Amino acid sequence: MSEKIDQLYNFALLDEDAKREIRRKLLKAVALPGHLVPFASRDLPIARGWGTGGLQITLAIITPDDTLKVIDQGDDESVNAVNLRRLIGRTTGVATTTDTASASLIQTRHRIPEEPLRADQILVLQVPMADPLRWVEPNLERATAMHSESDYGKMWVYMYESVVRAGDLRIASQYPVMVNRRYLMDTTPIPRWDVPKLHMAETLYLFGAGREKRIYAVPPYTLVEPLQFEDYPFRTEYQPDQRCARCGAEQVFLTTHFVPDASGGRWVSTCSDAAYCAKRLAEAEALL
Amino acid sequence: MTLENWLLRVERLHKHFGPTCPDCHRLTGPDNGRSRCPRCGTVWACVDVNIQLEAGEVLGIVGESGSGKSTLLQMIYLALRPDSGHIWYRDEGEPARDLVSLNRYEARVFRNSRIGIVYQRPELGLNMRFSIGGNVAEKLLLAEWRHFGRIRARTTELMVKTELPPERIDDEPATFSGGMLQRVQIAKALASRPGLLLLDEITSGLDVSVQARVLDLLRRIQWEDRITMLLVSHDLGVVRQLARRTIVMKNGHIVEAGLTDQILEDPQHPYTQLLVSSAL
Repeated sequence: MSEKIDQLYNFALLDEDAKREIRRKLLKAVALPGHLVPFASRDLPIARGWGTGGLQITLAIITPDDTLKVIDQGDDESVNAVNLRRLIGRTTGVATTTDTASASLIQTRHRIPEEPLRADQILVLQVPMADPLRWVEPNLERATAMHSESDYGKMWVYMYESVVRAGDLRIASQYPVMVNRRYLMDTTPIPRWDVPKLHMAETLYLFGAGREKRIYAVPPYTLVEPLQFEDYPFRTEYQPDQRCARCGAEQVFLTTHFVPDASGGRWVSTCSDAAYCAKRLAEAEALL
Repeated sequence: MTLENWLLRVERLHKHFGPTCPDCHRLTGPDNGRSRCPRCGTVWACVDVNIQLEAGEVLGIVGESGSGKSTLLQMIYLALRPDSGHIWYRDEGEPARDLVSLNRYEARVFRNSRIGIVYQRPELGLNMRFSIGGNVAEKLLLAEWRHFGRIRARTTELMVKTELPPERIDDEPATFSGGMLQRVQIAKALASRPGLLLLDEITSGLDVSVQARVLDLLRRIQWEDRITMLLVSHDLGVVRQLARRTIVMKNGHIVEAGLTDQILEDPQHPYTQLLVSSAL
């Protein structure tokens, strides 16, 4: 542990009892892939709804040997990512990085990094709404009973109605998936592009919803199957002619932003994973 | 009475709500004219109910409000657990199963595949936020139908069968009339080709001409599909039109059972006599 860290706090801010409770709930979540496990979401120096679920998981499992990466919408430099990284860094003294490959623990909102994750890495996702049945059954008690009986007819009708209304499965994010053929799970606001990365992955994925007080997990090598129809299959956002304007990558998730210029401006698509894009640019420059 | 080709057999079914006391048995029942024990407040909704249903038969259950007929239906639908007794169900060529012994998950799976239900109030049987097609499709989706085109085709087929305009498949239930909603419920109930159809006061609240069309539809379905039906009603006219056999319930007990015509023409129990003379 480094000397610089703030000794006013326990290691990783949370007290040891809180950490132990979260670790127990994580074990339960890993044992029941996709199942929502309630936990006592603690008060933190950031407001609920700003990543407190993911933050509590990170604080509960982080060790002094870890290397931490925090991303928000794929970007290491957004305000929220910087603040969370600074908070975890100050209360633990662990090394931080923006490089996906050298991180051992990654906390993220909205994205899974483009670089393939390994078995020795853990990805912690911040979840705004934990229960996918919320859209079809607002009563939590009934939704819990539906989960316990694997009663997902209403969710399937929701998918059916999506096709009826939009002519396709128009669900931009929070795409519902079946985990291990047992529990229906919300994929958090990750885009459809990242959903296949959960399926039979090498990495442990932990999901924390601080406001909803729920923890769930997708352990390595777990079946994660999106809800789909035989004639309307699940599709990612991939466009055949898509390309990052900065690094030229094609098989990535892109974000579009407006660049003003003399003639009024234009829309530019670049990699959503900023660290990946920078790494590719650096590699290209090294080759020159 | 023994029937060779039975589908459903209810044996000594009991259901009560309340604490019970030693005097309950003496103070309740049709002879006392009440199902609620005056001493402890226990309501005896079903006491020693025995029914047998032949495959393809329509059985009517009549009785006034509070006679326990809806409780009985809810128990057969596996939505309510009986205190004691058995509900045997026999698929063709298979050994009989006691539905009371199923756990919640098994009961739900069984209910989805074998039983259809039509309620008096459409909002109980339909999800008013889903479209008509979505409501009917729910049954198919629960039966693991995963091909959108085939689901649409089957839904359209069911809508034609129940005399609903197929072009309104994507409309909201709120835009449909009461009689049409009953037909939507029937379409939904028939979607998974159930062995047993439960009808709970389906024509109450509809005006007479609409009632007649819904009954015509049910008679046609019964004729075409030979589907077994259990029809609960307090309207003797409805029961006479559909059911060959009828049981009469009062205060949680079956007071009379037999052929519908016989019961209507020659009622034996004083309560049935009262019911017949006041209704017709």
